[in-house]
This record gives sequence, C-alpha cells and structure tokens, in this order.
Amino acid sequence: MAQSSIPLRRWLSAAGLRTLLREQPIIPQLGLLAVLVVASELIRPGIVSPNWAGVMIRAAVPLAILAASQTMTMLTAGIDLSVGAVASMSGFVVATLVGGPGLGVGIIVALAAAAAVGFVNGIGAGIFRVHPLIMTLAMSLVVLGLANVWQIQMVQTGAGVPTEFRTVGASMFFDVVPVSLLVFVPLAVLIILVLNRTGYGRLLYAIGDNPTASRLSGAKSWQVLTVLYVISGILAGIAGFLFSGLTNVASVTLANSALLPSVAAAVIGGTSILGGRGAYGGTIVGALILTVISSILSSLGYPEAVRQILFGSLIVLVAAAYTRVTSPS
Amino acid sequence: MNTTVPTSVRAMANPMPAVVTAARRNVWTLGLIGILALLFVVTKIIQPTYGPRGVQGLAVSVLPLALAAVAQTCAVIARGIDLSVGSMMALTSVVAATLMKDQSEGFAVAVVIGVLLLGLVIGGINGTLVVMTRVPDIVVTLAMLFVWAGSALLVLKTPGGGSADWLSGLTRGTLIRDWVPKAAVMLILVVSVIWIPIRRSRLGLSLYAVGSDPMAAYRSGVSVGRTKILAYMLAGLFSALGGLTLTASTGIGTPVPGPYTLMSVAAVVLGGVSLAGGKGGVFGPVVAVVILSLLRTDMTFLNVNTNLATVAQGIILVGVVMVGSLIHMRREN
Repeated sequence: MAQSSIPLRRWLSAAGLRTLLREQPIIPQLGLLAVLVVASELIRPGIVSPNWAGVMIRAAVPLAILAASQTMTMLTAGIDLSVGAVASMSGFVVATLVGGPGLGVGIIVALAAAAAVGFVNGIGAGIFRVHPLIMTLAMSLVVLGLANVWQIQMVQTGAGVPTEFRTVGASMFFDVVPVSLLVFVPLAVLIILVLNRTGYGRLLYAIGDNPTASRLSGAKSWQVLTVLYVISGILAGIAGFLFSGLTNVASVTLANSALLPSVAAAVIGGTSILGGRGAYGGTIVGALILTVISSILSSLGYPEAVRQILFGSLIVLVAAAYTRVTSPS
Repeated sequence: MNTTVPTSVRAMANPMPAVVTAARRNVWTLGLIGILALLFVVTKIIQPTYGPRGVQGLAVSVLPLALAAVAQTCAVIARGIDLSVGSMMALTSVVAATLMKDQSEGFAVAVVIGVLLLGLVIGGINGTLVVMTRVPDIVVTLAMLFVWAGSALLVLKTPGGGSADWLSGLTRGTLIRDWVPKAAVMLILVVSVIWIPIRRSRLGLSLYAVGSDPMAAYRSGVSVGRTKILAYMLAGLFSALGGLTLTASTGIGTPVPGPYTLMSVAAVVLGGVSLAGGKGGVFGPVVAVVILSLLRTDMTFLNVNTNLATVAQGIILVGVVMVGSLIHMRREN
C-alpha cells in the first residue's frame, strides 16, 4: 500500500499525524481500547489479568459477529435490524431440536432459516428497493412472531442449550483463551479477506460509495445485495449459537438487546453508516471497546440507570471524536 | 392576490382543477384513508357488535403510537431519524407521573407545561449533538436512546407515580356523540394546532428544503443546522405529548420504553414519508398507525394467534412499502 513508501518523518508533523490517523483509523481505536484497559486497572487495581482479557474477548466475540453483519450491510449504505431476532431464533431452534433430531440437524435448520430471512431481506432491499431499515425491521417482526409460534409448538419437548454450544461459547483454554475464538478467528479472517481481496468485497464498497457509478460500470446491485443479506443472516445465526452457549439461555428474545450495540460497534469501529467506508478490523476493536466499557460501568457499581446514561454518552463522545479525527479537514 | 402569475403559469402547464392537483399530491394519504374505511367495513362485518365502544378503545390505544409517529415524521422530513423517540416518551412519562403524584389538579397544569418544555429541551439536545458532532443522525439518536432510557430509570425505578384526573379525563370517553372519542379529537386537535402553523411558516418550508436537498437549502439562505435542531425539538415535543398520553391513559409512568421507536419508523414509511427526507406530511403516518392497530384488532376478532398477528404485521408492512416502491419506480421509468 501507499503508506509504507512514505517516509516516517512525514508522520511527525501535525498534519502528517492527522493523515496517519485518517488513513489508519485502527490506530486511534486501539489507543482508545488501551486507555479503557488502563482505566479498568485504575478503577479496580489488579483486575486486568490474562483471565480478565479472556473473559472480555469471550463476551465480545458474539457481538463482533453480529457487528460483522452491520459492517458489511453498512458498507452498501444499508443496515440489518433483523440480526437480533435472527440470532435469538437460531439459538432457540437448535435448543428445541437438539433433544430430538440432534445437534447437526438443529444447526442446519437454524442456519437455513437464518439464510432464508436474509434472502427475503436481500430481495426486498435489492429488487424492490425497500429501504433496508424498514425491510429488516419488518422481517424482525416476522421472525419474532414465527419464533414465538415455534416456541408454543415445542413447549412440550423441552428445550436446552446443547453442551457443545456451552463449551464453544463459554469455556476457555487454561482459563485464558476462549474456545469461541476457534469459530471466530477463521470467520473474521474470511470476512476480512472477502472485503479486501475479492471482487465481491470491492463491489460492496463500490455500491455503497456510489450506486450510480457502480451500476453504470455493470455491477448488478440486486445480486450483490441478495448475497450480502444472506451472508448477514447466516452470520447472525452463528452469533446466536454463541450467545446461547455463552449465557446458557435459549429464548426467542435472547439477542435482541445486542442489536443496537452491534450497530454501535460497527460505528465506533469506523464504518460509515452512509456506505462505502469501513473495515471489519475496526469493528472487532469496536466490539471490544463496548465490552470493556460495559465491564467498567458494571464494576463501578453504578445502578443500571447511570450505566445506560454513561454508555450512551460515551458512544456519542467516541463517534464524535472519531468523526473529528478522520474527517478531511 | 399577488400569486396570480405563478398560479396561471401552473394552470397553463397543468390544466387541471386545483382539487385534482391536491388529490394527486396527497394520493398516498387518500389511499390510506380508503384502506382505513374499507377496514372499518370489514371489521363491522366480522364483528357485527363493533361500535362506538370499539372505536373509542381504538382511539385510546392509538394515541401514544400516533404521536410517536408524528414525532418521527418531523425528524424524517428534515432528513434525520430519531431512534430515541421511545426513550423520550418513557422519560417524559415518568417525569410527569412523578411530579403529578398526590398533587393538586392546578399543579398538574404546570407539570404538563413543564414536561412539554422538557420535550423541547431533550429534542434540542439530540439535534444539537447531531449538528455539532456531524455524526450521522441514526448513530447519535441511537446513543441518546440509552441516555434518555437511563434518565427515565433514574427518575423512577419501577412503574409508579400518578396522573391528574383532568389529564386522564382528556383521553377517556366521548364528545357530543358516542362515536366521537375524545382521544381522537385530542389527537387531531393537538397535531393540527402544532403542525399546520409550522407547515405554513418559513420553518415548515425550511424543514422540507433541508430534507430534500441540504446543499440547495444552504445556498438559498436556509440555516441548515438550526432547521435540523428545530426538527429534533419538534420530535422531542411530540414525544413528550406521547409520554403524557401514556401517563394519562395508564395513570402511572413506566420507565421502560415501549416498542414505539421502531413502530414509529414503520408508520412513517407506511404513511408516505420518504426516509430520504423532504416528502410527506404528518397525517399519513397517523392514518397508518390507525390502520396497523385496527388490523391487530381484526385479527383478535378472527382469533388469529397474537404471534401470527405480529408476523402478518411485518408482512403487511413490507408488502405496502414494496407496492409503494414499485409505483415509484414505474413513475420514474
């Protein structure tokens, strides 16, 4: 890339620093994460340990996967508000099927359902040009309703989160490295490779950056969007497995509370909601930042009310600082 | 009148009576009213006992969501979106309920005025943050959703408080005839009194101008930032009205936000307001809210499982928006 050919001295001036921060947004993000870790240590001395880091990462992983859906859809100037409902649904479906047909069938059914939701989202947003906000919001109503119907059907069979999910979602190797990284690392590498190294990834950026130009250069946006929302649905399904494993809860509303944080993680991670700008690496850091912030807020012992207020204020603050640092002056 | 020239020009270019022009411009809202009328007929057929009492119940249940939809409309017309509408309603509702508990009826008047001012202030904070930070609206209001919801919890941990009798009385019962629910009259009155003067003023024009093209608005001398802040203040004001109706109809304040934000976005789109800004009015979304509620009532009459009713609501939402988008695409071609 071009940055490496520019001499180091150029970064040492104020303007150069600005350019560096703008072109490498991951640097201020990691800086903020470091500040938050230091703050955690100052607030509760001795808390920062390998085990603590493991717990943070374990909590951030499902959120980061949900935020991958947001990052990729936001690149095309879309958004996926159905991920909360889809993630809850897929975790719940597996929990109801694991006793009967088995884990494998459960996972396949859940992912197929998640992909089907994504397909409908993609058709609506791509062909009928319904605003993704409305399309995915309406689909989340549909998914929630159907999941509730399923719940009533399945209430006799009894539901339980499969042990395999609990192992993957909640255990840690040597009390330090979360097992969920076995799922997450390949997934994250794949997403980053798709975004940076494939024609499909380029198309996502192109459609978000300038829909007219991309159409004129021959991109079939409806195909790109349909595939995109199917991917988004499947990612949400996988996140749902990890959520249910992490919390050992199977409920049709389990991941709903993670929906808005997933949007926030992508935004804090530097993805523009207006499309065309962003990277998944930043989103992962964004998910970690949000997790550490909520951990700090709960370790301060404030009541839920104050925590929510501080959480919201910090998101505005970080997003504002980020916009200021990275906007072309 | 001094507008003779433009009128005659328009008449030459488009030789149609003013009524037809107005109808064409509001075709979406008129269509919605048609659907609503049809739905009332259907309701009467499937439930022959449906009468004034049903209409009254409908009006009361529609009130908070309708005001949320109007609040959302104000933000969306100016090319914004306010995801904190539900939280602002929760906050204003608990503030009103806490202050009115065990107080005199007269004091409640002051409380109502104070809560409306509070709505303007918190809406103003949303708007100022959007304008000053230049962070996209959806992100700022998403974060403020947490701030206002937290503030509501701070005011009142569990549902409680009280409501003045006159305030509750404003939404209950009927006016003059059985089939004119007070809640519906209040809704139309409040929305008209606030919205129509604004729509006709310079501010109204600025809202639409900023919504349809901020750069063009800026070049024509509209202060884009100030207009946006005012749009969010209006959203705050209508959210506060929504919060007051929550307190009035339940007699208490509930600190946990209801499903109003996302439903308000849905109602706005159903009501013919473009999420891209600059198009639509407040009455379309209100009619859309009534349609959505009446559909739910009908499904209850038909003994449809409530969960399937939720599914149907989602499908109808998508279906109507798809039809609208198809019509739009056809027109463009």
